Amino acid sequence: MTARIAISYAECSARERLSHLVDPDSFHEWLPPAERVTSPHLAQLGVPSSFDDGVAIGRATLAGRRVFVAAQEGEFMGGGVGEVHGAKLVGLLRRALQDRPDAVLLLAESGGVRLHEANAGLIAVSEVMRALLDARAAGIAVIVLIGGRNGCFGGMGIVARCADRVVMSDMGRLAMSGPEVIEASHGVDEFDSRDRALVWRTTGGKHRWLTGDCDVLVEDEVAAFRDAAIDALDAATAVTLASLEAEHALLAGRLRLLPEAVDGDEAVALWTSLGIADAAHVPDLDVDAVRALRAA
Amino acid sequence: MSNIPAGLETLHYTFAGRIAAGTFPPVLVGVVGSGNLEVLLEPAAGSNCDIRIETSARGFGAIWEAVVRDFHQRHPLAGVRVSVNDMGATPAVVSLRLDQAVSELAP
Repeated sequence: MTARIAISYAECSARERLSHLVDPDSFHEWLPPAERVTSPHLAQLGVPSSFDDGVAIGRATLAGRRVFVAAQEGEFMGGGVGEVHGAKLVGLLRRALQDRPDAVLLLAESGGVRLHEANAGLIAVSEVMRALLDARAAGIAVIVLIGGRNGCFGGMGIVARCADRVVMSDMGRLAMSGPEVIEASHGVDEFDSRDRALVWRTTGGKHRWLTGDCDVLVEDEVAAFRDAAIDALDAATAVTLASLEAEHALLAGRLRLLPEAVDGDEAVALWTSLGIADAAHVPDLDVDAVRALRAA
Repeated sequence: MSNIPAGLETLHYTFAGRIAAGTFPPVLVGVVGSGNLEVLLEPAAGSNCDIRIETSARGFGAIWEAVVRDFHQRHPLAGVRVSVNDMGATPAVVSLRLDQAVSELAP
């Protein structure tokens, strides 16, 4: 018996993740680097472009089933969505309407809109949301995987929560405004972005699992993400008024859980309100133990 | 004060190659991140090794030339196009990435 060597999802590049996640040699890329479809904006600002504008898109098979995939590269501009980057995501989702794969997988790693591209990036992200919801409305499952070191923030955080299923590792982070943005706008007393434990308590995979914002919590291993993605292939759920109202009820309920003034740590207070005993020790628990907390 | 204008610098070098690279699917290695670079290797007509670099670090042409000349001495490839997007990688990192790209060509 050979021991499987665990490959860290967080430490892989976008293309490495793709090659490990889908069936071997099944990835066929659209607009590959050699086509040089690059940002029309970055060079004017003295910023080097990337040949794929920070995202690889294409088709592949997963456990023999047809999927479309996109993988964002967090090391290029923090995975920021620029005009071309966003258009590639939109094109992938629109093509899904036509070709009807079993699912679309988004390997998200992004700080949100690429600010260098301003309005073009903002419009791109909103188009991604629309295209994602169109794909879901057509019955195609959209699965978002989050486990990169840069997390999934801003517009891409919203995109993630529009999906049928969100898979996260405990290393992954998911939120709207990122830590530095909150600190810059509300001050270090409100949020200290250099406090890594605080950042993970409020945006990390364990927290998102406990609050129900992610559907599957996995170890930081490519194989675990692959298993979770295979498991999610039939996760398509209808986008209905009822599902939207259920989401609103969940959020309103969470808001009610937290008292106006919290004595001590707010994340721990929220977990306690969610019925988790010994909530202060959640950050010390391993993934298995945290998974068991929600099932209970 | 530097008299080097802001913006990207584009550098271009051509060497006469000796070992035909033949046909191969394009190879991409590296990422355009801080202190890093991406290298795209593609087959090209003719027997030259054509190297084109876009870098955010301006004014280092002499060092780039030394690094790519070294590279071509190690791998005197013919009929290839090497394209680089650089975000301030050090010469050692550049050399390693170039070698990594060539190593992906090996069958």
